[in-house]
Amino acid sequence: MPIYTPTSVREATEIFAENPEAMLLAGGTDFMVEVNFNHRKPSSVINLARVNELKSWHLDTQTSVIRIGATVPFSQFESSEFEQLSPALSHAARTVGSPQIRNTASIGGNLGTCSPAGDSLPVLFALDAQIEIASLQGTRSLSIHDFMLGPKRNALSVGEIVAAITIPVASGFQDYAKVGVRNAMVISIASACFALQDNQCRIALGSVGPTIIRCNEAEKFLQDYITQSSPPDLETIREFSRLAAVAAQPIDDHRSTATYRRHAIEVLARRLAMRSFSL
Amino acid sequence: MSNEHYSLHINGTDHQVQDAWIGESLLYVLRERLGLPGAKGACEQGECGSCTVYLDGQPVCSCLVMAASVTECQIATVEGLRPDGGLTDVQESFLSEGAVQCGFCTPGLVMAVHHLLDTNPSPTELEVKEAISGNICRCTGYGRIFAAVEAVVVQRGNR
Ligand SMILES: Cc1cc2nc3c(=O)[nH]c(=O)nc-3n(C[C@H](O)[C@H](O)[C@H](O)COP(=O)(O)OP(=O)(O)OC[C@H]3O[C@@H](n4cnc5c(N)ncnc54)[C@H](O)[C@@H]3O)c2cc1C
Ligand code: FES
Ligand code: FES
Repeated sequence: MPIYTPTSVREATEIFAENPEAMLLAGGTDFMVEVNFNHRKPSSVINLARVNELKSWHLDTQTSVIRIGATVPFSQFESSEFEQLSPALSHAARTVGSPQIRNTASIGGNLGTCSPAGDSLPVLFALDAQIEIASLQGTRSLSIHDFMLGPKRNALSVGEIVAAITIPVASGFQDYAKVGVRNAMVISIASACFALQDNQCRIALGSVGPTIIRCNEAEKFLQDYITQSSPPDLETIREFSRLAAVAAQPIDDHRSTATYRRHAIEVLARRLAMRSFSL
Repeated sequence: MSNEHYSLHINGTDHQVQDAWIGESLLYVLRERLGLPGAKGACEQGECGSCTVYLDGQPVCSCLVMAASVTECQIATVEGLRPDGGLTDVQESFLSEGAVQCGFCTPGLVMAVHHLLDTNPSPTELEVKEAISGNICRCTGYGRIFAAVEAVVVQRGNR
């Protein structure tokens, strides 16, 4: 019952190739809940905490791209330095769990779990993030749209590790909002990320479908107004948020009802768009 | 590389852990193997904060930390706040302000509050609320806890 503690991605992929049954451990906030409740019984574990390459984020000023190591915990996105570069991811991170959870829960773990309620995911979908995946064979890069396949399903094969996530620096307004039963320590019932990136309207929804949903109709509708000189009026934004709600595919479950979720999406989309045009 | 036997650095001392199962949480190892029952276990899913300890100086839920994975970290528990066995100013204040009823949540809250006041000596009410948002107390209704935090801020000369 070994626990391996590699210090490089290369070493981690070698260990994973030799021990395909091993489980990857990052912050443990999803992993250990499953262990504590006997839903997961690891026979061997690859602990990613000592792989320095995975532990930090960097800004490439030439390309204006932020490259985030997989084990960066959500607490690091709360800094004002990061907030200036990526307000939506920073604000999404602030909504995760509690301070104790954010100190350990990582963005790579959010992708490993791939829950439709994962708070980083709508931001990554809105920004067309690229996911860098490492294995013994080398590195491949996948769009987040191809990475998340369904609820708790992603495109990783055995032996593959999420190494990094890349997103563009914000080039316009962006923000994230979620609805839950209270302000802290809550899994979202509905969430949305709205961004004006390179003058393009993007909106992605969380917790209202098997994967994160980009609202193409709503985006197209608002796009026509963004390229015009005068900003959209309130009526236009109402129509935009109605279209966003139509794109949602919510279900009834133990956390909420489909009807409430669709309503919440309309409200979140409207609020975010109004904020973006200072209405 | 096998870790049936490993050592943890807790409150400045090395502790040997023998014959452990790989999936044991730090909370379990502290309480059941090392005789350090300060961190409390209630939910074992990160929701209540009663198991809060510091990992390299940061508050975390010890129930969600795999013990065998933190052999290279500095771990601090509520027992280590005053190694002489006395009470810290935060603990005294919890007592004098009536912020302790059943006391189950208290060690976790004390850890969260010490970390807050070490990093932000004069927090606003909202900052206190955020800092303890991962700690559930089912007895006090939190009013006495906010009063206890405020009393320490004043005592330390920061308000
Ligand atoms: C009390 C509580 C509150 C929570 N609140 C929220 C919340 O508000 N919002 C939210 O989004 N989530 C929340 N979560 C869920 C969890 O914290 C997140 O999903 C977190 O991002 C998981 O990261 P981790 O580092 O802890 O991952 P781990 O638990 O270590 O791993 C999670 C999964 O991903 C795999 N994995 C980890 N790293 C990698 C990698 N680099 N490559 C491939 N696979 C990998 C693991 O094998 C495992 O299957 C909460 C959890 C708890 C316990
Ligand atoms: S026992 Fe760890 S948070 Fe509740
Ligand atoms: S005093 Fe009883 S739970 Fe807080």
